[in-house]
Amino acid sequence: MALLEARGIAKSFPGVRALHRVDLRISAGQVLALIGENGAGKSTLMKILAGIQRPDEGEILVEGHPVEIDSPRRASALGIALIHQELNLCDNLSVGANIFLGREKRRYGWIDRRACDEGARAALAQIGLDIDPSTPLAQLSIAHQQMVEIAKALSTQARILVMDEPTSSLTRNEATALFAVIDQLRTRGVSIIYISHRLGEVCDLADRVCVLRDGENAGELTRDQIDHDRMVSLMVGRDIDQYYARTAHKPGGVALAVENLVVPSSPLHPLSFSLHYGEIVGLAGLVGAGRSELLQVLFGIVPALGGRMCIDDSPLVPRSPLDAIGAGLALLPEDRKLQGLVLEMSIRHNIGLPGLRPHARAVAFINAAREASDGEQTVRQLAIRTPDLDQRVHHLSGGNQQKVVLGKWLSLSPKVLLLDEPTRGVDIGAKEEIYRLMEDLAGRGVAILFVSSEMEEILGMADRALVMHEGRITGQLQREELSEEAIMHMATGRAA
Amino acid sequence: MKKILGIVGLLIAVFTLTWAIEPKFASAYNLQNIVRWTSLFGIISIGAAFVIITGGIDLSIGSLIGLVGCLLPMLLAAGYSAPLALLAVLALSLAIGLLHGLLITRIQLQPFVVTLCGLLLYRGLGRWITHDQVQGFGSNYESLRTLAIGKVALFGDFSLPVPFLILVALGLVAAVFLNRTIWGRYLLALGHNEEAARYSGVHIERMKVLAYVICSGTAGLGGVLFALDVNSVQPAGQGNFYELYAIAAAVLGGCSLRGGEGSILGVIIGAAVMRVLYNAINVLGIPTQLEFAIIGIVILTGVIADELIRRIAARRSA
Repeated sequence: MALLEARGIAKSFPGVRALHRVDLRISAGQVLALIGENGAGKSTLMKILAGIQRPDEGEILVEGHPVEIDSPRRASALGIALIHQELNLCDNLSVGANIFLGREKRRYGWIDRRACDEGARAALAQIGLDIDPSTPLAQLSIAHQQMVEIAKALSTQARILVMDEPTSSLTRNEATALFAVIDQLRTRGVSIIYISHRLGEVCDLADRVCVLRDGENAGELTRDQIDHDRMVSLMVGRDIDQYYARTAHKPGGVALAVENLVVPSSPLHPLSFSLHYGEIVGLAGLVGAGRSELLQVLFGIVPALGGRMCIDDSPLVPRSPLDAIGAGLALLPEDRKLQGLVLEMSIRHNIGLPGLRPHARAVAFINAAREASDGEQTVRQLAIRTPDLDQRVHHLSGGNQQKVVLGKWLSLSPKVLLLDEPTRGVDIGAKEEIYRLMEDLAGRGVAILFVSSEMEEILGMADRALVMHEGRITGQLQREELSEEAIMHMATGRAA
Repeated sequence: MKKILGIVGLLIAVFTLTWAIEPKFASAYNLQNIVRWTSLFGIISIGAAFVIITGGIDLSIGSLIGLVGCLLPMLLAAGYSAPLALLAVLALSLAIGLLHGLLITRIQLQPFVVTLCGLLLYRGLGRWITHDQVQGFGSNYESLRTLAIGKVALFGDFSLPVPFLILVALGLVAAVFLNRTIWGRYLLALGHNEEAARYSGVHIERMKVLAYVICSGTAGLGGVLFALDVNSVQPAGQGNFYELYAIAAAVLGGCSLRGGEGSILGVIIGAAVMRVLYNAINVLGIPTQLEFAIIGIVILTGVIADELIRRIAARRSA
């Protein structure tokens, strides 16, 4: 008998049918990977299981008995816990306080801190973690915070853990540690629903894979059937032969030259490199290697402490993004919701924002006609799926949001395009379109520097790769030298 | 446009209800009074709205009105010509706005704290330079006072107060600024998401400073008009609580204190609701001790209704 079974779940939102008669079942001690493109309905299904949203139709059974999951509290009582993509912890409180938040152990009405800490310690020990419960959460790494969240779930006697993109902000070593915990939980009979875009992980981890596409079941794979290509073809509904749209480039002259640039986050290692017109350069390395920080300095978000940068041989000292934009730079930032988009504004206004000043009419009046035509053209060129330009960006799926962030810069025809994890949290369809656009722009002579933590992406897209480790550029690889081993070697600082 | 429908409904409801109970409410004299006071409060509310749109707040508006109200008669009494005196107090107001803006953007102080200190500081200064003596224009500056109490005959015995014309002009400029210029769009964008605006090449600091300058500027203009209107400025009391009226009008008019939302017409109508309410309390003979309580309840009811309507509308479009 399945530990948890959902039958015929349907859910609609304004204008969207998120789920249409979806079935899902998981047995005790199983790791079920739930995959699908963004907008396929994974998050909605998980929110229904966690009691955050209620289904329009369908039934949910726990150990064969029908249940109504009408609140997160109810879900928790049934043993279902959701580990969010964005962690739901308070970083101003201690580890122990977080684990018992909302159900503190009490004594004469006061919080019994000792009992809480003991309980927390026990919960942490269950997953082999030795952290003092009185440690402020803010002092822990993201990976450890995630472990705390798992310990918290276990301390509520959770039998079913739902993990939403748990490795999206972990380094490789941290992810490996997480997988060990998952393995251990599996042998103890805890069931795990694992949502991820990283198919490599899914191959290693899952007992079964359930694929959603456009809110419907697209297929299931058992352990012996799981492989990368099968998953991709189920997700997109067709075979992908030409995933990376790359053709060979003939780099032109130097677009951006950087000499001994001192990035404040690692002032001891000045950086030098150059970027040519029509060239796609990958910036590889582990999370925390200082790649985003470098892009922020190039774009004028953070001032450099020294060194020189030149665009077309003319020196540039960007004191604000405005200076950088004026010199022909554009940046797709790391966090699209925080830095890339004004979520409450329309697609038109988001796309138009950087172009307002350069395209303004006299006395700073907005050139509304230009804004509208730029918006329309961008939506068409990037195949942004939306009923109209006045749709708030908030309502778009992750992939379409990312396309809007990219689209902001197209009307300005940048010389140098800086991309920070351009395909993070983006579904396969949108990934393909973003790659095609990068290819297209490089073909038209734009110099592209992109940061990526996905090895495949660097291997697939880059003409040349720079590898960073702890704030230094530890190596450079030409297209023909590119290999996973070579990059990892440099990224971990073993070859300098 | 949809956003201000609720507040227009509230205005009509309070208006007709009071009119039905007390027909004298709609007399030409009383209506003129309401329009004049709505105009004065509308002017300062527009300024407050700009700051609120950036996600900030200005608590010093009332004290600045008091300070300007003290300084203007003193400068005139000291022999300065009217244009020079006006210029001086308006320049001072703009400089105060600049100071607020710089403290908030350069030293990164919280707007609430900076302008709270402003509230205390300007009130204290006003009382100190006047030794708490009542200030006024006497009967020497009738032409200057037409700015506040003058009228333009319209039809029958109803004429339009001059401040209304000032409000219309200011409102038009403000609305065009907010909706048609890149600066207005920048303010709305940074009110929603400062970081995203910065990454898009918006000069966040400069735009925020501008908002505080606009706010203090309109407060200074309001201060001049309020002083000319009453002709006897109490240094300790002139403009007290006006920042709260301005903030309430802005919120009633659709500004979100979280920033990023706001319409100039809505704010003006919000100011009108406040004044009609206040006037209705007087006209209907409700004990004036209840004034604040009633205004508080009506605003609360208004924003609750607004929120509920928005939710129902969101569900219906589902």
